[in-house]
Amino acid sequence: MNSAAKPDGGLKTYLIVYVCILAIAGLQVFLAYHAEGVPLLTRMLVLAIIQAALAVMFFMHLRQERRSLLLALIPATLFVLLMMNMIWSDSFRLIHMRAFPK
Amino acid sequence: MSEANLTMGGHPAGIMEESPFAIPSAKLVMWLFIIADAVTFGAILFAYGYVRNASPDWPTPFKFSPSIVNVMLMTFILVTSSLTMLMAVRAARKDDRSGAIRWTFITVAGGIVFALLHLREWLGLIGEGVRLFQNPWGASLFGATFFSITGLHLTHVVGGVIALTVLALGYKRGQYDGGDIENWALYWHFVDMVWMFVVPLVYLMNIAR
Repeated sequence: MNSAAKPDGGLKTYLIVYVCILAIAGLQVFLAYHAEGVPLLTRMLVLAIIQAALAVMFFMHLRQERRSLLLALIPATLFVLLMMNMIWSDSFRLIHMRAFPK
Repeated sequence: MSEANLTMGGHPAGIMEESPFAIPSAKLVMWLFIIADAVTFGAILFAYGYVRNASPDWPTPFKFSPSIVNVMLMTFILVTSSLTMLMAVRAARKDDRSGAIRWTFITVAGGIVFALLHLREWLGLIGEGVRLFQNPWGASLFGATFFSITGLHLTHVVGGVIALTVLALGYKRGQYDGGDIENWALYWHFVDMVWMFVVPLVYLMNIAR
């Protein structure tokens, strides 16, 4: 049995997280139709990251594991995902159909 | 030097360094798989973002009804199936075998309903003329990116449904234990987590106005 390092979060905690995730999903749909001010992509990504963090920490019990596991997994993943952002500059070039500089 | 000391690299046998994460190897392997898979989904979503950002005529075909309503229903079912999977883990931790099996099969049912709703969504788009490299609205790569991202996710859901079914049947026979249920619950929550990014980026960013 894979017993976690800390005690189980409890059914009440799971239900609260479940409701929060669904509420954020509903908020995303609402904001998608009322996009003013902050760009839609930013709103969507921030809310999705909050949802994912709730799922990882509570549903996947990472909160209850040793901190060394979290430190081994999450920063490296975020680093790789952040490095992928380098592609954006080229997509902005492409939309204006500019040739590569010689 | 004794044989035991030789095999332990000079250290007395029994003084073994404990696991740095205090979790079984199988669970660590599942976590590493999830990390690798998260980066895969990250790469495919970034590729989609690149193509979308570079296409001035990117289609926005998703109407509130039926597409967004269908997606909201799919989200509800998948997040609920994560909750039922948590109940299966809780039951397994309490050695409640019948409860663990029941909750796992409820999760499987949720996954099947999700997959069917997803196929309905696909068939609706195909009926409107969306193909991998053409569609009636604009940028030709819309279909390729849409079907690739949602198809990869759907493959994970179907794989999870099969794995959880095999797991529940094996757990019933005593072939698997509660640790296995916990490991596959991690996988199922991950599939749920990926959907949390697919919905806003693929559907809500492309709603018909």
